[in-house]
Amino acid sequence: MTGKNIVGIVFSNAYDECLPELTGLRTMGSIPFAGGYRLIDFSLSNMVNAGIEKVGVITKANYQSLMDHLGTGKPWDLSRKTGGMFLLPPFSTADASNNGDKIASLKGIMGFINQCNEEYVLLSDCNCIFNVDIEKLMEFHSEKNADITIAYKNGKTPALNDIMALDTDNSGKVTNVAVGLHSEENVNYSLNVILMKKSLIERLMNEAISQNYNDFEANIIQRNVNKLAIFGYEVTGYAAVIDSMKTYFKTSMDLLDIENRRELFNRERPVYTKIKDDMPATYRIGSKVNNSLIANGCIIEGEVENSIIFRGVRIGKNAVVKNSIIMPESYVAAGASLNYTIIDKNSAVTPYKTLSGADNYPIYVGKGIMI
Amino acid sequence: MARKMECIAMLLAGGQGSRLGVLTKNIAKPAVPYGGKYKIIDFPLSNCVNSGISTVGVLTQYQPLELNDYIGNGQAWDLDRANGGVHMLSPYQQIKGMEWYKGTANAIYQNIHFIDRYNPEYVAVLSGDHIYKMDYNKMLEYHKANDAACTIAMLEVPWEEASRFGLMILNDDNSIREFEEKPKNPRSNKASMGVYIFTWSKLRRYLIDDENNPDSSNDFGKDVIPAMHAAGERMFAYLFDGYWKDVGTIDSLWEANLDLLNPKVNLDLSDDTWKIYSKTPTVPPQYISATADVQNSMVAEGSEVFGEVDYSILFHNVVVEEGAKVRYSIVMPGAVIKKGADVEYSIIAENAVIEENAKVGCRPEEISDRDEWGVAVVGASVTIGEGVSVAPKAMIAEDLRKGDE
Repeated sequence: MTGKNIVGIVFSNAYDECLPELTGLRTMGSIPFAGGYRLIDFSLSNMVNAGIEKVGVITKANYQSLMDHLGTGKPWDLSRKTGGMFLLPPFSTADASNNGDKIASLKGIMGFINQCNEEYVLLSDCNCIFNVDIEKLMEFHSEKNADITIAYKNGKTPALNDIMALDTDNSGKVTNVAVGLHSEENVNYSLNVILMKKSLIERLMNEAISQNYNDFEANIIQRNVNKLAIFGYEVTGYAAVIDSMKTYFKTSMDLLDIENRRELFNRERPVYTKIKDDMPATYRIGSKVNNSLIANGCIIEGEVENSIIFRGVRIGKNAVVKNSIIMPESYVAAGASLNYTIIDKNSAVTPYKTLSGADNYPIYVGKGIMI
Repeated sequence: MARKMECIAMLLAGGQGSRLGVLTKNIAKPAVPYGGKYKIIDFPLSNCVNSGISTVGVLTQYQPLELNDYIGNGQAWDLDRANGGVHMLSPYQQIKGMEWYKGTANAIYQNIHFIDRYNPEYVAVLSGDHIYKMDYNKMLEYHKANDAACTIAMLEVPWEEASRFGLMILNDDNSIREFEEKPKNPRSNKASMGVYIFTWSKLRRYLIDDENNPDSSNDFGKDVIPAMHAAGERMFAYLFDGYWKDVGTIDSLWEANLDLLNPKVNLDLSDDTWKIYSKTPTVPPQYISATADVQNSMVAEGSEVFGEVDYSILFHNVVVEEGAKVRYSIVMPGAVIKKGADVEYSIIAENAVIEENAKVGCRPEEISDRDEWGVAVVGASVTIGEGVSVAPKAMIAEDLRKGDE
């Protein structure tokens, strides 16, 4: 199996409801992350780094910012004569009942899948932050003669209502699937990166449609545990599933740790994103920056500590930004003070304002707001 | 036949830039990194696109590999066009044999058929080694309004520096009365910026005449422009009053970089209406650690700073380790400054490594004979060994270990 033989399917709207503030005006896939990326960059980069040359991106709602970000797919090398990126918008008539479940989403794009010549499909969500070698997962799938391979991580389950916890035997074969199980113990929870033959997903979807199934995890995976060879592939490196504002904040801050950064922004498997032609960041006299990630185009005159500062942000004189995330093109004026705050794109904090949240409850300031 | 274009640009990018020494050992001068993320050629290329000139021939000769690779299909500058776009033009074999570009005029002469494909009214001839932001379209309008055969962009330079430039003496209507090439006693402070617009039908004829003249050195400034002037063609000077710098020497390259940190210098790279495009690698944002101190500097993405950086430019993927100091210096992509190393008044080229406690360059005040002082340069991929000291003004092309000094 090679990447050329796989078509990637990305669910750009999956779990939007977990981050209502950030997805109010965008998809899960287009949430800004790590100073210069959007969440979808990780799934797309994982795919193209494994040689996948054809990717369908399923959208449901609010996908204007996603389209703007993806463009023709060029940054991921997915602007191709054959294959490349396909943006798959919803059909207005087919699925008034789209409840966000994968079955409903896939139902709308079976036409796309049917006409693919690739032998396999690889499904992926956007809310998982990781950089894994998908080629290894492909090898594992072939070696095990698996029908379905699901990437999983060992740890506490993310707070997603349909999260799958997998029990596996020594060979990695899945023996039991629990859906929506939330326990304090460590389990093997699914990262929702799922590989199977195209012919199999077509068969399973036909069945789902004829039986009126509407729960991918329960009706397609769990129900087939004993009928199909479903295998779990463990991801041992850094992987984080974003299930709430709290984990979005925590996962962002994880990147201030050099080890996490090295794993995620691996030079062998770069994470690609849309390039903006900003100049490098400028640090003016009197600025003080401490344990922070800063993107190009920023002009820093004040103090920044334990924070993530996106492209084109300006931090004025004597402003103090601590434990905060400031998204692109926002402005923190002179003397303002922020602690545990997330400022969305194009917003402004006027001089000498103070905003302070807590580490488990950062204050969120929406897109284009002036405080 | 390509679609007709009103104006196309020919960008002279074949120069070696020998005065930049080790920096241009393996790359042509226009490919030299500048300003934390750019290469010099990004400026004329971006100016072209921003001025609405979407057909650009880039004339390369010396070490074209890096430039060819960098420019690729021109996508980064929006020059991947169905009509026109960017074309790399290297010397090639012809029926009468192989010929290098003998001079700037000959380089254009050898590509007459390239220009003819677009059948342009006007051709802009640009030099690939200057840092400036300029609207060529305004100059073209001026050229048209004057019904000129040739318009030369000029800049007023300080009188005391005028003798380093090719100067123009003008009539009241800004038409050119006389040229002076680097005179001892300048009569004008109006210097040529190496930016020309020609009416193509005229230039084409003069290029052919110039080629047929065995005594010619086939250079624009020395041969073609004087010949046009002698023949009485309408020639005008176009006044430009923005920032412009020839980065032909180590000192001027160093200065032009640090100019970006000077708020008084009129070169704003954050202006959205006149962006300077470049091929940007996808790297994560820069990380500034708790032990770092970064003052009055520019730092590009992918860099990690744990030490002290003052009045310096760091390109992408540079690492400054804890306790290292970088002051008044330019550090190009991928270079590593290790623990305790001290880099001052230096240019550190791509992927160079300054090992622990090494010292590169020094402040002018530290040296008694000012003639001995200058910016130190460490070449690409060179390693300066642990504890090694590199003198100011030195140019290091090979690895240096303790004892080699």
